[in-house]
Amino acid sequence: MKSKKPSRRKFLSAGAVVAGAAAGALKTGNAEAQEGAAAAPAARAAAPKKDIKELIAYGERSRFVTSLREPSEGRPSPDAFGLTFHVVTPLGESVGSITPSSLHYIAAHRGFYVPDIDPKEHRLMIHGMVDRPLILTMDEIKRFPSVTRVHFVECIGNRSTARRQTVAQTHGMTSCSEWTGVLLSTLLKECGVQKGASWFVSEGAEEVKGASSVPLDKGMEDCLVAWGQNGEPVRPQQGFPLRLIVPGFEGIYQTKYLRRIKVVDRYYMTYNDYGHLQKDPKVQALTSQLGPKSVITFPGGGHQLKGPGFYEISGLAWSGAGAVKRVDVSVDGGKTWKLAELRTPAHRMAHTRFALPWTWDGKEVDIMSRCTDDLGTVQPSRAQVAKYWGEPLTPQFNVKGADNTIQVWRIKADGSVINANFI
Amino acid sequence: MRILFSAFLLIFGVTLAAQSPTYHLGRTPTPDEIKAWDISISPDGHELPPGHGTAKEGRDLFIEKGCVQCHGRNGEGGKAPTLIVMKGMSTAAGRPMPGMDMGIQGPGLMAAWSPFATVMWDYINRGMPLGREGSLKPNEVYAITAFLLFRNDVIKSEDEVLDEKTLPALKMPNTSGYTEHVAEWKHATPRLANYP
Repeated sequence: MKSKKPSRRKFLSAGAVVAGAAAGALKTGNAEAQEGAAAAPAARAAAPKKDIKELIAYGERSRFVTSLREPSEGRPSPDAFGLTFHVVTPLGESVGSITPSSLHYIAAHRGFYVPDIDPKEHRLMIHGMVDRPLILTMDEIKRFPSVTRVHFVECIGNRSTARRQTVAQTHGMTSCSEWTGVLLSTLLKECGVQKGASWFVSEGAEEVKGASSVPLDKGMEDCLVAWGQNGEPVRPQQGFPLRLIVPGFEGIYQTKYLRRIKVVDRYYMTYNDYGHLQKDPKVQALTSQLGPKSVITFPGGGHQLKGPGFYEISGLAWSGAGAVKRVDVSVDGGKTWKLAELRTPAHRMAHTRFALPWTWDGKEVDIMSRCTDDLGTVQPSRAQVAKYWGEPLTPQFNVKGADNTIQVWRIKADGSVINANFI
Repeated sequence: MRILFSAFLLIFGVTLAAQSPTYHLGRTPTPDEIKAWDISISPDGHELPPGHGTAKEGRDLFIEKGCVQCHGRNGEGGKAPTLIVMKGMSTAAGRPMPGMDMGIQGPGLMAAWSPFATVMWDYINRGMPLGREGSLKPNEVYAITAFLLFRNDVIKSEDEVLDEKTLPALKMPNTSGYTEHVAEWKHATPRLANYP
């Protein structure tokens, strides 16, 4: 027994993960055999890149879990200039309603370099049509009464197209986090908003200083100046150290690296605003606020079912207008609908996980989900939207404004799943 | 009477409380600090700094400041998006430009297609040149803006002087090509009546 001690110590100091060792032990069925020469190569293969001390200090997921963000439609990120563009969340492997911060989708209007901001140096200035302009340090911002709320952030470009085949590509530009911060209304009241103010401009500290115009009544209602995300500070790619959350509005409003808020009396037509302008007032109305929307994340595009039998259909539903009230699922191409079960609390402007038990008979079938929010607004089909605009429903029909239409997945007899929206 | 007076005090007191700060955190920025931070430019241009420039000056600055390296000598043909959008809009429309947001229709994104010339001034001022953002002086921004407006046929002369008064007054080609936000719409209500 004594003679074995050095070899065990050596084994551990090689940095083997306990899980890896356990898996090896299971294979041989003899833990003692792990300490022999035969086990050494396997142990080395299982060694993580980081020192075990680092893994204890800040954990990593198992090396067997491999879901990753990917550039939207394969556009390189970083690009030729080193800029990051739209990168999608791997929704096909998503669990529950919260997106891991490390897998939160990324979008950037012109592309951006993630700024390296020292929170000690960061300041937020509020000025414009206020009685008392204010400069706040991060420490001061954190001293205000805080709130913690679950909200999704979705890019207005998050839409299914014929070229997008997986659920990550069709719907991966939405993510959901638990955000912690101070209500913007708390800060604005502290400054004293002047009569006649109707908008505010929020601006980030990154190199392009991205700015958006937001209606002041939205700002006074539920906007959040967030410094926390999913139990830790907001991640750099999500706006560290400070991000504006405009619940339910398209992603471009959720200003990262928030450094300035200017209270004004008109729409300011910033560069971000201008890129989202519409000519038709009806199309304009279908931007800003998103949803109601839902998508089945399993089985979804790119998945492969292993033959007939029981599966739990699972997906995400959300609405920019409020909370998810119900989700219906069709497993017969939209002929009949079944009420799905909500598996997570239905927070306002937040992803809600739904599920429906289902036994597949092995025949080709189209499945889809439909969200109803607490205003009673029902997620439309592409056919309904085409009818509204008086246009023929062809694969080329383009949903105007933000696209919240129903996603149809086709499960083929061989168990493969494809995007059936454009067939 | 005393009750009435107390009630008056109460109401007055509440009003005062609503108008004064509760938490007394942070500090008041100086007017100079606000001026230095505030780079917002309204469509009416009232925040534009004094300055002036012509397309002729802008043509030289476009080379001198390195714009040509990404955008091409005349604002097109480089690795970065073309800045010349008024010519051939019909053929280019709908084709995503390299590096630009694919959810948005190609050249329509470029500031020359904006209903206000202030948008172009603002973007060059805050966002260019790549890697040296915010380094251009007001006269240089006026001149480069003039150069791009000239190349896009918005202004007709290379010698036309753009300044804080003439720039916001320019009539842009797409002035009627957008709709203002619907003022009556309230968030957390349905987006569009009768939309399915």
